[in-house]
Amino acid sequence: MTDLLAARTQMALSLGFHIIFAVIGIGMPALMVLAERKWLKTGDPVWLDLAKRWSKGTAILFAVGAVSGTVLSFELGLLWPKFMEYAGPIIGMPFSLEGFAFFTEAIFLGIYLYGWTKLSPRAHWWSGVAVAVSGTVSGIFVVFANAWMNAPTGFEIVNGMPTNIDPIAAMLNPAAFHQTLHMTIAAFATTGIAVAGIHAWMLRKNPSDHFHRSALHIALLVAIPASLLQPLSGDISAKFVAKWQPAKLAAMEGQFETERGAPLRIGGIPNEATRETKYAIEIPKALSFLAFADLNSEVKGLDAFPEEDWPPVAITHFAFQIMIGLGSLMMLACLWVLFLWWRKREVSSSRPLLTFLALLTPAGFLAVEAGWIVTEVGRQPWIVYGFMRTKDALTPMPGLVVPLIGISLLYLFLGVVVVYLLHAQIFKTKPVTVEMRAP
Amino acid sequence: MTLAYLLAGVTMVALNAYVLLGGADFGAGVWDLLARGPRAARQRAAIEQGIGPIWEANHVWVILVVVLLFTCFPPVYAHLSVALHIPISVMLVGIVLRGSAFTFRAYDSTKSPVQKYWGRIFSISSTITPIVLGVCVGSLVSGALALPVNASFAATYVMPWLTPFAFAVGFLTLAVFAFLAAVYLTVEVKEPELQEDFRRMALGAAVAVGVCAGAALFLGRASKLGVTEALLTRAWAVPFQLFTAATAITTIVALLRRRYSLARIAAGAQVSALMWGWAGAQFPALVPGVHTIESAAAPYITLKLVSIGLVGGALVLVPSLWYLFRVFKSDTMSAFERVDTVEYRIPKE
Repeated sequence: MTDLLAARTQMALSLGFHIIFAVIGIGMPALMVLAERKWLKTGDPVWLDLAKRWSKGTAILFAVGAVSGTVLSFELGLLWPKFMEYAGPIIGMPFSLEGFAFFTEAIFLGIYLYGWTKLSPRAHWWSGVAVAVSGTVSGIFVVFANAWMNAPTGFEIVNGMPTNIDPIAAMLNPAAFHQTLHMTIAAFATTGIAVAGIHAWMLRKNPSDHFHRSALHIALLVAIPASLLQPLSGDISAKFVAKWQPAKLAAMEGQFETERGAPLRIGGIPNEATRETKYAIEIPKALSFLAFADLNSEVKGLDAFPEEDWPPVAITHFAFQIMIGLGSLMMLACLWVLFLWWRKREVSSSRPLLTFLALLTPAGFLAVEAGWIVTEVGRQPWIVYGFMRTKDALTPMPGLVVPLIGISLLYLFLGVVVVYLLHAQIFKTKPVTVEMRAP
Repeated sequence: MTLAYLLAGVTMVALNAYVLLGGADFGAGVWDLLARGPRAARQRAAIEQGIGPIWEANHVWVILVVVLLFTCFPPVYAHLSVALHIPISVMLVGIVLRGSAFTFRAYDSTKSPVQKYWGRIFSISSTITPIVLGVCVGSLVSGALALPVNASFAATYVMPWLTPFAFAVGFLTLAVFAFLAAVYLTVEVKEPELQEDFRRMALGAAVAVGVCAGAALFLGRASKLGVTEALLTRAWAVPFQLFTAATAITTIVALLRRRYSLARIAAGAQVSALMWGWAGAQFPALVPGVHTIESAAAPYITLKLVSIGLVGGALVLVPSLWYLFRVFKSDTMSAFERVDTVEYRIPKE
């Protein structure tokens, strides 16, 4: 394994690990706050129980998110020092702001988790709101920085080094709006569906359980708007990629030849050697329409670019298909729920829907991973699109396979432990509700 | 370029805050490891209670340091990341294991024997991480991080930090963190027996800090390091030494006379003095022999915007931090104020 591949794998692994916890850090506080709000309004202890149980899970996940995020802030330098030296002055701004937002989140999460008996209920609820807001803002700032890597603006290159830097323009780069929008919605959709899935699974055994029905209700309140809005924000993203990163779009679609009226491919296996995508279901002219809102517009294929500028086509294409497929299933589940609600029926009355939701528990996370693979692998071979190649950013340190193995084992271990603890937390502990409802 | 100096100062303030707050959380882990005798379980419980609500917020100071470094002084961040790749990687493993094991222990509701292992992992990584952090600082101040061209792997990536001086600074860091933790705990625990335990630990750690600082100074002089010469010869050297000595003596006397609140302030001042002594001795170099504040500073526009961001961030951060410590540490700050939290309590679980 070359050092470059080892470094890229380590980065992918670290980001892929962290993003799960980051997504939960954005989504869970909203659920906790909604549940606690219900408790304040109705006095029904089931909502308090729910907020408390969710906050326990969140505490575990947030801690892992915080430490794995710390790893990333160092890893950027450990693996890509030249990128950081180049980009630091340009995109350090959103990172600094993210630092403050994350700081605020950590402070109020501490207050929220340990302050149940120390604060008035109202103050406690507001500290939860502070966690939810600062968590979301912190995620947005980080994605600002990533968006700049896709649409680098706010500087000029003189003698190979960035000059005339404008950090504000860099932060508000053309990719910033759609990337932050898509990721923020994804965080709420993912968390909402995952939580709904867990409680739906419990409801399959006992459909009348008050606790799980309440939990499912709140999770769906978050999941439904997010899952239904996500295809729209995805469309904005696709139109951006078509305009700014045509090579990425070509890889996403397995489009090897430049053509007018390009078809949308569902599935299929791209072959870089023969330059064709086989076995795909093709919807005529749909890609041209989705990319440029014109059935006969020209979509650039990979043949428009020298091969050294191609991203890995197959990985990008498969990841894109997986993201779209899972996103569609999540949307479908939400439409199903809305249909039942419209017919004035309980979600828990439909066993097939409960099963469907339960099966979708990991769907959002897988979609987020796939989406980031599209963004990051699709940007290759560039680390700063069009300006700096990933291989030129690499550290001179040799033997990078060693830290790769180390971090893989560490995260594997942590992953297993987290799953075990959450399992113990959710399924093994006795419902607190029963004790609290006793007269 | 006065802005660059100002931001270098702010970065140092953030590092100072990390040592005083985050450092003490690591130090608490050291005492968890060393807890012995009939009250070991109660000592561990006090430690867990003391750092539980605040360690994550305290930890973020180090992220702030890193972010300021790569935004305001990007070549320094890049240089240190290359030269200190190995110790930084080890430190990261320590940070990850410390934080997650602590949380796992707190939230493992199964009460299984596994929980004991979380405690072990938490306390061992709390002990190793500060040493490695100190080794990084030690190799930085010793001016050994010039990254020789065409040298062997060992000469480039290992030898610069594998020195007696760097490890002396490593153990000094460990002693300082443990010292801070023990002093803070004397204020935070209410039971007299536990207070006596932590008082003894604090006094022991104070001696360890003195021994390690002496060893570092001796080793630094022996290898004629610029930083130790500066500490002894610059114009501010004598007042600095007097101030450090005064704070150290105050801490020890306060501990002996059980004036714990005073000891806490004096200990914080003593540790801060050590850090600013290092900063002053190294000034204006950021990586001695390679980068100075001016040579490494980002363009003015970046520095200006970061400064504005810092002011805005501080407006959010300072009240939030004040609230956090008011909620959880108010009983230890009773000299300053009291919080009325009794009336609206939620019924306990």
